[in-house]
Amino acid sequence: MIEMQDVWKAYPDGTPALREVSIKIDRNEFVYVVGPSGAGKSTFMKLIYREEKPSKGQIFVNGFHLGKLKQRKIPFVRRNIGVIFQDFRLLPQLTVYENVSFAMEVIEAPKKQIKKRTMEVLDLVKLKHKADSLPSQLSGGEQQRTAIARAIVNNPSVIIADEPTGNLDPETSAGIMRLLEEINFRGTTIVMATHNRDIVNSMRKRVVAIEGGTIVRDEQRGEYGYEI
Amino acid sequence: MKFRTLARHLREGCLNVIRNGWMSFASASAIAISLFVLGVFLLLVMNVNNLASELENTVEIRVHLDVVVPEEQIASIQNEIGKIPGVSKITFVSKEEGLDLLKERLGEENEDIIEGYEGDQNPLNDSFTVKVDEPRNVEAVAGQIEAINSGQSPPPIVKVQYGEGYVEKMFAVTNMIRYVGIGLVIGLAFTAMFLISNTIKLTIISRRREISIMKLVGATNPFIRWPFFVEGAMLGIIGAAIPVLVLYFGYGAIVEQSQVELGLMMLQLLSVDQIGWKVFGSLLGIGVLIGIWGSMISVRKFLKV
Ligand SMILES: Nc1ncnc2c1ncn2[C@@H]1O[C@H](COP(=O)(O)OP(=O)(O)OP(=O)(O)O)[C@@H](O)[C@H]1O
Ligand SMILES: [Mg+2]
Repeated sequence: MIEMQDVWKAYPDGTPALREVSIKIDRNEFVYVVGPSGAGKSTFMKLIYREEKPSKGQIFVNGFHLGKLKQRKIPFVRRNIGVIFQDFRLLPQLTVYENVSFAMEVIEAPKKQIKKRTMEVLDLVKLKHKADSLPSQLSGGEQQRTAIARAIVNNPSVIIADEPTGNLDPETSAGIMRLLEEINFRGTTIVMATHNRDIVNSMRKRVVAIEGGTIVRDEQRGEYGYEI
Repeated sequence: MKFRTLARHLREGCLNVIRNGWMSFASASAIAISLFVLGVFLLLVMNVNNLASELENTVEIRVHLDVVVPEEQIASIQNEIGKIPGVSKITFVSKEEGLDLLKERLGEENEDIIEGYEGDQNPLNDSFTVKVDEPRNVEAVAGQIEAINSGQSPPPIVKVQYGEGYVEKMFAVTNMIRYVGIGLVIGLAFTAMFLISNTIKLTIISRRREISIMKLVGATNPFIRWPFFVEGAMLGIIGAAIPVLVLYFGYGAIVEQSQVELGLMMLQLLSVDQIGWKVFGSLLGIGVLIGIWGSMISVRKFLKV
């Protein structure tokens, strides 16, 4: 599903971000990526959805060999990957419904299907009643649920979540985690970077720890492992 | 592209103009102001050009025939002149008509100068007035007319006149006016493009985020570009419509106002009909092209994610 073989990454300005990263993530896994700030977690995730290219090494996602991929084909890889961020990244001038249906318009889905599927995912994230609200009229948790709805609307096989609960209070975070667990339960692989020890320790999953740009720990049903 | 997608791009492009209210206003204003200045100059240059052309068209060739040339030969010479390429019109002026024209030109108070030259005393020759379709060819055509003489004696044509010297100077001046005019218009068009693309660039920078999110959910580059294309075209149309309307009505009013005063000087501005779609159509066209070009240039930078 996702595989990296001896991947190295240095940014164009020379900053080293990752080194010797090799990992295999199977279909339907739920993986926490933990580690101190600046360790390379976000860089690791960006390589997966091809926002960044590795300086060295091979990356395979859903059968695509990213290193050999033509620029033109990148959108088609991304259509199989839903991405969620700490800052939600919603379009402020579009309603909740439009923010979600937008992701389907982009892949030129039939109109009828767009409507049906958008309402379906809004129902899943419990936001049907807010369909016509603008992001500015929503709470943080509601905005993140909108972003999740957008990420899953095209039935991606992988969800990449970079600190999805970073801006939310514990209760709201718990709600988001339940939602991600539900999505994972339905068959979607989830890779999530987080600094939240409570979440990692209470919802035991595979934990990959990155420090100084390299994987230092990789355990099933692992712990967060860092003191605050 | 699916029709549904095309419709979506059109809708999105138009909606974006509204959604980005102030930025759209800024871009459309930049286009409007630049095109207005360009339009004023275009009208000015076209009128100056027109005057220059009118001046050039006063150029004609006078072909004086020998008094002894019989009537049949006059007809055959007329025929031969007619065959010269570039000749657009030949008028035969008999010596009687020539005298009448001369009288007219001298005016009543000087008429007595030629008193007594009527009838058999008429000192003038029969002649042709030849017009050429391209005033610049006048010298060559005159040469060819003279060549009709060759091999005939006595030569039937005694003199071919076209205002040598004077005509060449006039062409030098009218040419310079044209080049300066074209140079000015091109310079202005470039300034306008620069100004407009800068304004549009600013509006798009503020929409980086939107583009990056589109890329994130798997939009292809053409899919992202299309609404911007439509938006640029819309801004161009809106921006151009204002100066086109202002110039159309404003220029019409000026032409009407000036008819009396300029008419006295035998001058005339080009009418709105003559200007017509040449100016207004090209202003609209330039507006649309600049709008599209500006937004395409600016969006290109953000597509490389
Ligand atoms: N675009 C960039 N250009 C240059 N250097 C960068 C860029 N993005 C990240 N870096 C550097 O790469 C290293 C890894 O950054 P990264 O964002 O992956 O860390 P992180 O583990 O996600 O940190 P955090 O927990 O704070 O989000 C850091 O040293 C960072 O400064
Ligand atoms: Mg990060």
